[in-house]
Amino acid sequence: MTHTRRLQLKTMPLILVSIILGPLGNVFLGKAMKGIGTVASARILDLVPIASRVLASGYIWLGIACLLGFFIAHMLLLTWADYSYVQPATSLSYLSISVLSYLLLGEMISPLRWLGVMVICLGVFLVGRTSPSTSGAPSRA
Amino acid sequence: MREVVLFFLIVVAGTAGELCVSRAMKGIGEVHDFRPKSILSFVLQSLRLPWMWLGIALMSLGFFSLLAILSFQEVSFVVPVSALSYAAGAFGAKAFLGERINRNRWVGIAVVCIGVTIVWWSRK
Repeated sequence: MTHTRRLQLKTMPLILVSIILGPLGNVFLGKAMKGIGTVASARILDLVPIASRVLASGYIWLGIACLLGFFIAHMLLLTWADYSYVQPATSLSYLSISVLSYLLLGEMISPLRWLGVMVICLGVFLVGRTSPSTSGAPSRA
Repeated sequence: MREVVLFFLIVVAGTAGELCVSRAMKGIGEVHDFRPKSILSFVLQSLRLPWMWLGIALMSLGFFSLLAILSFQEVSFVVPVSALSYAAGAFGAKAFLGERINRNRWVGIAVVCIGVTIVWWSRK
């Protein structure tokens, strides 16, 4: 098994975990923040009561737990794969976040927005055809 | 204007934070053992690195900016637009981490950015 093939076999499952947990975390955060109301001020005194309401929300902690799982998977990936590979590869999460926002938050996603997400996924496909690490093995491209 | 400032913080602080974390991770080396005890040891080892803490601080700034913008914008708009960090990340990885980014990867990143632009046009 080539070095690049071995890297891809352990890279793909962790990317899958990342593209599910990351968006799910953001959806929970969005649900929590919509319940808080618009944060319009950057003054510390105004932010304190908002922060206490945010921290009391169960959805925030659920979102943070998902994002923590995503972060650990992301860190593991970065020990062997290039940052410039991992970051675009996990952008498949933009497709899952659109689906989850529609299903769980009831957001109406316009055809233009779906088109944008599809173009992002095309970019991901192009990036996915390059080697995960350009420093440990010869690049295919 | 408020949206632009928050997106700037999400993209710049978030990307800079990830680059710092990536630098710390490369210092630890490739992980071969995925047992929970080994992963915990790996996490504790990473927390001893200054780059890790700088990364966490910058990513926290990006995270709080994300929370603020999520209070008045749709998740399906905010998250795709924050993918502007792809371009920033590629330039940062090349300059800061010395990664070689080949032409195919640049093309992919450019297409991702076109997608982000289209999503921005769908802003309500």
